[in-house]
Order: sequence, then structure tokens, then C-alpha cells
Amino acid sequence: MSLHFLILLAGLFCAAMAVRARPLTAALWLATLSAIIAIVLYRLGAHEVAVIELSVGAGLITVLLAFAISMAEDETMPASIVPRPFAWLLVAVAGGALLWLLLPSLPAARQLAADAPFIVQVWENRLFDLVLQMVALIAGVMGVLSLLGETRATGTTANEPTPRMEGEQ
Amino acid sequence: MTPIQITIAGAILLVAVGLYGLLVSRHLIKVVIALQIMVKGAMLAIIVAGAAVGQMNLAQSMALTVIVVDTIAAVLALALIVQIKRRTGTLDAAELTQLRH
Repeated sequence: MSLHFLILLAGLFCAAMAVRARPLTAALWLATLSAIIAIVLYRLGAHEVAVIELSVGAGLITVLLAFAISMAEDETMPASIVPRPFAWLLVAVAGGALLWLLLPSLPAARQLAADAPFIVQVWENRLFDLVLQMVALIAGVMGVLSLLGETRATGTTANEPTPRMEGEQ
Repeated sequence: MTPIQITIAGAILLVAVGLYGLLVSRHLIKVVIALQIMVKGAMLAIIVAGAAVGQMNLAQSMALTVIVVDTIAAVLALALIVQIKRRTGTLDAAELTQLRH
């Protein structure tokens, strides 16, 4: 139990540092947080999701963040609009309410139905979710392609000279 | 406290840290990072709930959906952020007042 507590504490430290640090450093802290979350998931018995979280959360998202930061080239940290004491108050109220609602109800949780194997859950019981995920993936890819395509078209128009008509002076 | 209760407390604290980052950050990439932290807390809560009721495979399939949707949201948000930087020259959320007109 103490090891579990220490791992979660390390995860919370990484999350706090990701909020405080500059964007590129924050991306690295986020990758560390993802790796720690993957360890927690594995210890809880969610082996498949732990592997996916490690590859997607610590790998893909970090690469995408580093790519976006290098393209944006903006490491400035503007000051917050919301006063920090007010932000702390809001967070304390929200976190306290969640703790108050969730913690007492956990011991009373009952097993509602028999748990099917992971493959059956994904491909049969939650097939609608899977189809929606595929649609969302395709929509996301199309969205990114349209955004990048628009950039390429704008850049081409700006850089290339306008073609001249025959006979034009 | 049981490990389940410790983990659910950790998940709630992760959501709280992400919420704080969302409130105090004006840098758009930091906003995406704060959202990622919040989603990780929610995903951890789903898995803990599955462990508590003995339905880990159902929780895993739900967490898989969360990871996929979260990744798509992050990719789209980062693509939009790059476009915003190119068009407006800033990543400060408070300066993006052109969207009002």
C-alpha cells in the first residue's frame, strides 16, 4: 500500500510540475506522468490499457506536443487572468466536493453483472463505442489534414510569383 | 485507507491539479496539457471504479474510448494552435479577441 501511495504521490508531483513549467518542460513532465499512470493501471490489473496509455500518452502525445511547440516557437508564459487565490478556492471546492461524494460510496459498490473478457467487451458489448471511435479518428485525421493543407496552400500562394499571361508586359 | 480509496483520491487530486492549470494558464499549449492531466485523472477514476466493482474489462473498454477521444482532441487542438500562432502571432488566450468580431 505504501508503494502505491508513493507512486501516486510521484504522479501528483509530475502533474504539479507540468502545470508550473514552461511548455516544452511541461510536455516532458506530462510524459513522466503518463508513464506513472501506466504503472498504476498495471498494478490495478488493467494491463491492456496500461500498455496503450504508455504508448499513446507518454509517446504519441509527447511527440505531438514537442512538434507543436517547435512549430509555434512561443515559450512565453503570460500572467494569469484569474487570481491565484480564487483559482485555489475553486479547485479546493471542486476537489472537496468530489472527494465527499465519491469516497464514502466506494465500499458500498457492488458487482452488478459478470465481467466478460476484454475482447468480448470491446468487439461485442461496446461495438457502438468502437464504431464511434473509428468515425472520430477519421474525422480527426481529416481535420488535421485540412488544417495543414490550408497552411500549405497559403504558403504556396504567398511564396510563388503570380504566373503571367502571354503578351503581358 | 484501502488502495482503491488511495487511488480514487489520487485521481480526484489529478483532476484538481488539471483544473487549477486550466484556470491559471493563458498559454494555449499549457491549456492542452492541463486538459490532458484532467483526462488522465478521469481515466484513472474509471479504472478504479472497475476494480472496485470487479468489472475491470468493462472499465478497460471505457478507458480505451477515453484515450482515443482524448488523443483526437489533443491532435485537433494542437493543429488549431499552430494555425492560431501563424495567423495571429500569439498563443496568449487573452489576446485572441478577434474571435469576438
